[in-house]
Amino acid sequence: MSVFTIEAGLALLGLALLLLEALKPEISRRTLGLTAIAGTTLALVLFIFAPHDSASQPAFIQPWHQLDSLAIFYKGFALVITILVLWLTLECAPYLTRFTVDGKLAEMFSLPLIVCAGMMWMASARDLVTVFVALELVTVSFYVLVAFARKSAFSLEAGVKYLILGALSTGVLVYGIAWIYGATGTMSFDGIAKALANPATSKTTALFGAAVLLCGLGFKVAAAPFHMWVPDVYQGAPTPVTAFLSVGSKAAGFVVLTRALDAFLVEGSIIGSEIQALLLVVGSLTALLGSLPAMFQTSVKRLLAYSSISHAGYLLLALACRESARFDLSSGGIVAFYLATYLPMTVLGFLGLGLMRANGLGEDIKDFTGLAKRNPLLALLMTLSFASLAGLPLTAGFLGKLFVFLGLADHGYWGALSCAVIAAAAGFYYYFKTILAMYTTEGTDVPALTFSVPAKAVAGALALAILILGVYPKPLQSVLTGKSQAHKVDSK
Amino acid sequence: MSVLEIIIALPLLAALAIWLGAPARAASLGATSINLILVLYTAVQYWGKTGLAFTYSRPILENPSLSFAVGADGISIILALLTTLVMLAAIWQIHDRPAIFYVSSLLIGGGALGAFLTTDIFFIYAFHELALIPTFLMIALHGRAEPAYRKAVAWKATIYLGVGSLVLLAGLVWLVLEFSGGSKLTFDLEALRSQAKLNPLPDSKQAQIFFVLLLGFGSLVSLFPFHSWAAPAYATAPTPVAMLHSGVLKKFGLYGLIRIALPLLPHGVHVEWVQNALLLMLLGNILVMGLVTIHAKRLDDTLANSSVMHMGYIFLGIAAGTDIALKGAVILMFAHGISIALLFGLLGRMRNQLGTLEYNKLGGLANHAPAFTVLFAFGTFASIGLPGLTNFAGEVLIFLGNFTEFKAGGLTHLQWTVILALWGVVMSAVYMLRAYRSIFHGSPATGLFMIDPALSQRVPFIMLAATLLVTGCCPWLLLNLMKSAL
Repeated sequence: MSVFTIEAGLALLGLALLLLEALKPEISRRTLGLTAIAGTTLALVLFIFAPHDSASQPAFIQPWHQLDSLAIFYKGFALVITILVLWLTLECAPYLTRFTVDGKLAEMFSLPLIVCAGMMWMASARDLVTVFVALELVTVSFYVLVAFARKSAFSLEAGVKYLILGALSTGVLVYGIAWIYGATGTMSFDGIAKALANPATSKTTALFGAAVLLCGLGFKVAAAPFHMWVPDVYQGAPTPVTAFLSVGSKAAGFVVLTRALDAFLVEGSIIGSEIQALLLVVGSLTALLGSLPAMFQTSVKRLLAYSSISHAGYLLLALACRESARFDLSSGGIVAFYLATYLPMTVLGFLGLGLMRANGLGEDIKDFTGLAKRNPLLALLMTLSFASLAGLPLTAGFLGKLFVFLGLADHGYWGALSCAVIAAAAGFYYYFKTILAMYTTEGTDVPALTFSVPAKAVAGALALAILILGVYPKPLQSVLTGKSQAHKVDSK
Repeated sequence: MSVLEIIIALPLLAALAIWLGAPARAASLGATSINLILVLYTAVQYWGKTGLAFTYSRPILENPSLSFAVGADGISIILALLTTLVMLAAIWQIHDRPAIFYVSSLLIGGGALGAFLTTDIFFIYAFHELALIPTFLMIALHGRAEPAYRKAVAWKATIYLGVGSLVLLAGLVWLVLEFSGGSKLTFDLEALRSQAKLNPLPDSKQAQIFFVLLLGFGSLVSLFPFHSWAAPAYATAPTPVAMLHSGVLKKFGLYGLIRIALPLLPHGVHVEWVQNALLLMLLGNILVMGLVTIHAKRLDDTLANSSVMHMGYIFLGIAAGTDIALKGAVILMFAHGISIALLFGLLGRMRNQLGTLEYNKLGGLANHAPAFTVLFAFGTFASIGLPGLTNFAGEVLIFLGNFTEFKAGGLTHLQWTVILALWGVVMSAVYMLRAYRSIFHGSPATGLFMIDPALSQRVPFIMLAATLLVTGCCPWLLLNLMKSAL
């Protein structure tokens, strides 16, 4: 079975579940949820055993669809995060249904499948049209998911904000694509790279197009100055959706960015130095504007939203560092590795938040007070998640940051490096403020927290992943050194 | 598999086991006792040898080359011995406290062991950070002060040490990048050392990197003027944490300078501007902090400040950079670690029993607690540098190591500094003896009463005092572990 068939099948399964729920309303949410999880898991298994080369794809799709190591990595990534989000939705269902109109969660189980198909499709995109279609598939589904808890004013507000800004950024993106097409006469990344390496191409037009396109993508990955929607949307959206946005949507944005930048920064590109400088400035700003305001947040969910902005900043800085002569880390590889480590720690953090919410607690730092006494295991796991997000050595988060910093130091981008270091230092402050609260004991005679065995198992597995990747990143070695095919072809 | 890996893993596994429900005291005492035996075994095995032993490497990444590599030479073994001794004593003296005290002690000790026994810069750095986290948490959560104050103290230490660690990380990255000019980036200390021997960096660059490392490592060791976090942190920290941090973990910065900075940048410390800056800073430690300590009104303040002050002597050994002085520095690191841990341990008992540590409220404790008084005397006299106790051996070697050469034009800056630093010894005598007199001698203060600890509770302190006496009378025991030039 080809990878493309799996993707299409996943989208069809999503549609089927949607119809099933509409035609047979009495079907229980457990059945729906478990079907969705089983379907995605099956897709993951099939994907692992499917042939991983472009030639095995149906012929009609090959001009638009590529399967290099980056695409394979992101497809697996999309499947894993979707399974986790579906499971988290099921786990948080008793709490979430209080905010939905008819006490149901139907689309919460079918839309993530469609999002997943979109993300997988996007990872393989070879041209801007495919990117656009896949991106819209993802974004439109997210409009619904963010506003899903319709009885909650926060969720509605988040939905409206996300819709308006998302639609606006889509417009900007299309505008950028149009300019690029105007400058280069093509939509495919290969063609764009070739045209940009040709000095005869109009530099102003191409640069304007690329800059506008990056603005559009900047919205999607929450790069400064287009990051202001993130705190409100992340805070308002149901927790599983927030985790999905924070990990899945961000990864999807970055795979597109990696592809686009491989073309824009191709060797001899006429707009290379400008785009590089833009990336450094935007990356530094994003890291700082995410990290510094996070220090003053009292809601942990909002804090995680700001922190996710600063992580986007590090990722942008990683993209600005092209290949190094001194070590085998490609910028796309560092980004992929960073995202792979970002997945377990972020999902674990949101999982903890979701479980606390399910136990009737809020999301403020003061709700974390005495967590170590109420549930030592949960406190330990959340500590691990936050420590890794902060970038504590021996956790996965440290390696990702170290690679980014090494790349910056290697290229001598000292200004950007200092911004990143300041942001990381601020990160230590706000994460450890939360950790400290968990172990504070005064004034806590509240009942113990409980959570289910599967929740323990999933959280434990995520924590294990954080620890193992922190000291033994070898399983991801191929990801780290992997270069996207487009770049290799072009640089010849 | 190397024995060192077991030594590193044991405390960490014990900590995890306790968190998951194992009996805290039994598990932690068992793990640390086995660890002490293992470290003694490595010391016996290493006896009289040179170079790196017990090496084992597990490759993790190819390029940048990263591996979990363990290995120990004399310095590492001496510091591992210090760690296990202090860890055992610190855990043994815990009495009637929640499990988190045991867990954090094991984590601090395990982190320190990891930092001393691994030979990959990545892991050396990582293990040290691992040990710092429980230190902050314990000060903030279980410190001996009002919640608001102890949290402020913990944050101050966090900020100083956090920024210090970041400066250190920057210096280490710079170092690694400078030495991997070719096509391979490595964090392996041995590979870097052979690189440094083959193509040393120009002196001016060595000086710059050395200075960054000095600032980074220095702020972890409370080098003046980056010292102001240390005294309140030690005075506030729960007893086992104070013992472990001031006794063991703080030595990490010095260890890093001796193991990483000096061999890779051998000329860095001798470039004039770096040396003058270092001498000024260490004189700040010895003279300024000496005066501050003399004015302390409480025993915890005296001990905490004296611990900052005594770091100056070790920096003096590093500044000299001669073989004798460096060996003296290592011996003094060991001696200071044992003696300050002994004193902080005893201080913890006094605070529990008396409720106050102010000199003008105390007096005459020797009447009812003779054994306690003797133990405290060991710590006091070791601190002053009385011959026969280990600190003396270290200090003498450092002072002598600065006078191995004489220039025609008179004394060097270094030698003048030694002469000034000798006044610090006098100050130590003044404040320690005054503390001893006002606490233990004189007429007993009304309402304050203290008795000797039970025999089983004396064991950890006797162990530390005996170590001071044995290695003080026979410093060759330690010197024989450091046969190779440093």
